[in-house]
Amino acid sequence: MGETAGATPRVLYCRCAYAQVVPGDVKDAVLDGLARSSVAFEMVPDLCEMAARRDGQLADIARAVDPARPLHIVACWPRAVRGLFHLADARLPDAGVEILNMRAETAADLLARVGLDVGSGTGATPPEAPA
Amino acid sequence: MIAATVPPPRVVLYEGAGSAPLDPDVRTRLLAALLDRGYAVTRAVPGGARREEASAAAFVVLGRFGGAVPDVHDAAGRTVHVHDIGMSTVDEAVALVEEARAGRPMNRPDAGAATWKPWFPVIDTARCTNCMQCLSFCLFDVYGVAPADHTLRVENPANCKVNCPACSRVCPEVAIMFPKYHAGPIDGAPVSEADVHREKMKVDISALLGGDILAKLRERSAEAKSRFSKERSADAALAERRRCLTKLADAAAIPREVLDALPTPEEIERRTAEAARKAAAARDAREHATGRAVQS
Repeated sequence: MGETAGATPRVLYCRCAYAQVVPGDVKDAVLDGLARSSVAFEMVPDLCEMAARRDGQLADIARAVDPARPLHIVACWPRAVRGLFHLADARLPDAGVEILNMRAETAADLLARVGLDVGSGTGATPPEAPA
Repeated sequence: MIAATVPPPRVVLYEGAGSAPLDPDVRTRLLAALLDRGYAVTRAVPGGARREEASAAAFVVLGRFGGAVPDVHDAAGRTVHVHDIGMSTVDEAVALVEEARAGRPMNRPDAGAATWKPWFPVIDTARCTNCMQCLSFCLFDVYGVAPADHTLRVENPANCKVNCPACSRVCPEVAIMFPKYHAGPIDGAPVSEADVHREKMKVDISALLGGDILAKLRERSAEAKSRFSKERSADAALAERRRCLTKLADAAAIPREVLDALPTPEEIERRTAEAARKAAAARDAREHATGRAVQS
């Protein structure tokens, strides 16, 4: 098909679908910003739910972290996110992971940290996106 | 609990080679609709994963294939449902996914009373000292001990009582988080010096109750037996139970429904003893292991 391999998720978005603790307008705006970009990304309904099941996908994500291609986890408090991965027997390394907090930051700031400009329309490609 | 053990089916929104991109508004609404129904979603784009790779763990692949729907198999060689959603509305695309699921059980955020809210303690291992106070405190076997290194672990998350953060209140190190709690530091927000001081002020639930909690439970049990032998009133029993537990509820932010669902005082005493035994055994094992490490 003439495409390069790049199955490792670079952006992981948590919808926190089972609670209303993440402001709805922030998580909607972040999802919209990601969806309007040209970025491939993974979305999960709820990291807590995955951790409770000790979902093997969390271990896969942790193993695939590459400091040269940072993984952005868009979720909630970093302390909680690291704890959730640990609960699932998946230890996130310190390097190569940036945890972005939808409970405390604005959508514009979060998208900028992922490398996306809000309002730039579709096609915004972060510098680290696969070629 | 099957709702807590079945992974959410994964949907791949494929917009790579052979599939035209969706309208951005439709894309956003479709992603949100799938996530809010409990599905995991991968968005594959040109230049990203090949369709075969993106679909390796997929349950359904959606795309605008222009009528030429490809055959797709997952990593185990099973045929993956592939749907052309070029002419579909968001609701119709979601309906295709639901139809493909064919009733396969899954936890769902939109299932009302059938939804399992993932509420359980999460340990901040950088703060936890493995004092095992939480293990001693919890009556529902949520906590356990990792066999390899005798450290505290959350063993049975689904046993936790939804919206009850009580064990975080007994942790002297502010090391227990409930990510779905409404406020910090229990929700995982950074811990301040003031938080640590505040937690140390209120760790002893027994003291907050004005004495030994087990003695109180025994006393309560004896009083209840005596009174019920005279009154035989279920309403009186409930009222007494509520009265006795009000202070505990206020002190530890335990939801009333959790207290109402507690077992009998005798069962509480049995479980407390069992939890205390596990905690003591874990502490002993850790001390033994630490001593061996120092000797060697």
